[in-house]
Amino acid sequence: MRLPCPHCGERDVSEFRYGGDATRVRPAHGTGDLKAWHDYTFTFENPKGPHTEYWQHVLGCRQWFKLSRNTATNEIAGVVE
Amino acid sequence: MAKRKAKGYSVFSLLRHALQPEKPWGAAWAKPEPRSSYDVIIIGGGGHGLATAYYLARNHGISNVAVLERGDLGSGNVGRNTTLIRSNYVIDGNTQFFEHSMKLWEGLSHELNYNCMVSHRGQIVLGVSPVQMDVFARRGNIMRLNGIDAELLDRGEVQKLLPYLDYSKEARFPIWGGIHQPRAGTVRHDAVAWGYARAASQLGVHVIENCEVTGMVMDDGKVTGVETSRGRILAGKVGIAVAGHSSHVAKMAGLKLPVESHILQAFVTEAVKPIVHHVVSWGAELFYLSQSDKGGLVFGGHIDGFNTYTQRGQLFKIRDVMECAVSLMPFMSRMRLLRHWGGIMDMTPDGAPFICRTPVRNLYLNGGWCYHGFKATPTSGFTFAHTIASDEEHELNRCYSLDRFEKGGELDDYGIGNWTYKQ
Repeated sequence: MRLPCPHCGERDVSEFRYGGDATRVRPAHGTGDLKAWHDYTFTFENPKGPHTEYWQHVLGCRQWFKLSRNTATNEIAGVVE
Repeated sequence: MAKRKAKGYSVFSLLRHALQPEKPWGAAWAKPEPRSSYDVIIIGGGGHGLATAYYLARNHGISNVAVLERGDLGSGNVGRNTTLIRSNYVIDGNTQFFEHSMKLWEGLSHELNYNCMVSHRGQIVLGVSPVQMDVFARRGNIMRLNGIDAELLDRGEVQKLLPYLDYSKEARFPIWGGIHQPRAGTVRHDAVAWGYARAASQLGVHVIENCEVTGMVMDDGKVTGVETSRGRILAGKVGIAVAGHSSHVAKMAGLKLPVESHILQAFVTEAVKPIVHHVVSWGAELFYLSQSDKGGLVFGGHIDGFNTYTQRGQLFKIRDVMECAVSLMPFMSRMRLLRHWGGIMDMTPDGAPFICRTPVRNLYLNGGWCYHGFKATPTSGFTFAHTIASDEEHELNRCYSLDRFEKGGELDDYGIGNWTYKQ
């Protein structure tokens, strides 16, 4: 798998660090709702299909970016702004 | 209660078939058309699903059961693992569960009347620092307190048992010793699926292949059946045992799980003469290796590290695992890799599985197996059948509930924290 770094261009996946689902929203600070924090921390959408996720080009420019990838095929749709 | 054991294969039937080659062996399990409804439907015809169906019929007298398998029997993770069995866990809940499984493995071929080729060749985990040897001593003590066999080995004892490792001064991770579980070993994984399928089929269970579940039939918030590629099938209770697809199937009932799907690769070399007589694991990295009866070295490492449902692994992880292999066993640098493949693991935030009821009535979950699925197969089926039949957890799977993270009941055996991809 090769990933398109927005700064360095297409590079091998081994140069990158995975950062997980980019669509999760952290509950507001100070909310006492434990259920919301539990769901945020421990549960996953884990879709079989399109997935927007964070990657960092850790062996290159070290930039974090969002990527759209299909988890059923590993097809890369491209960088998400 | 049906307490009948599977039967049919014996030395006499072997002789009879040898003398009458014109009469071929019958099919090991029946291939029935699905009925319109069952008492229990198990989604997933892997080791865990088939074992569950078998114990439902054998221990609980529930034989109006269907196991629905999307592909062919045993084409998922039950045929993709590295076939290891062991029970060297530290945390209460895991320790007792996996030891119970070890005891079921010991009698499984007899129980199923099917040769699962259970081999207690022993597992040695190698320690690469004095601190790791202290950790192993603690682990060994916990195992012995639970009645599990464990021996601490020093460097000389390891060298006698495993003379082919790198003991040179140049070794990147010097070997300080190891912890040995003599009863650990390997099992022929396909035979586990086939044996459970055959034994369950003899007790009246329907094993239905090429039948993909595409949706849940829900009524008033409870599950009453499933939609499949072969039509709607109703059921009193539905159990999910689909490994890497746990999230995908649970979503059909509106559930979001603490599970993320990751690929784990496994490898086998060309066949060589017997050299590795144990299961060997390494303390420096996650790396485990054994020699198959055919002679190939079967080994594996870590997951690739990002969620995916493709069964194709990445080259960088193949390289990582090969580096482990050559670093520990230099002779492997001259061997050729024969095959490599991937399976989709249902990784959980604490590395422990779920065998439990769910918030949806009549729906039960068996998943989140991470690296431990194969060795757990018998007790996974045993406890899941109990949970489905009596609608409560068995004492062995009490800790494997879906709400354990809410209640502070994580079973973080490796002390890693809540990272699915670091387990």
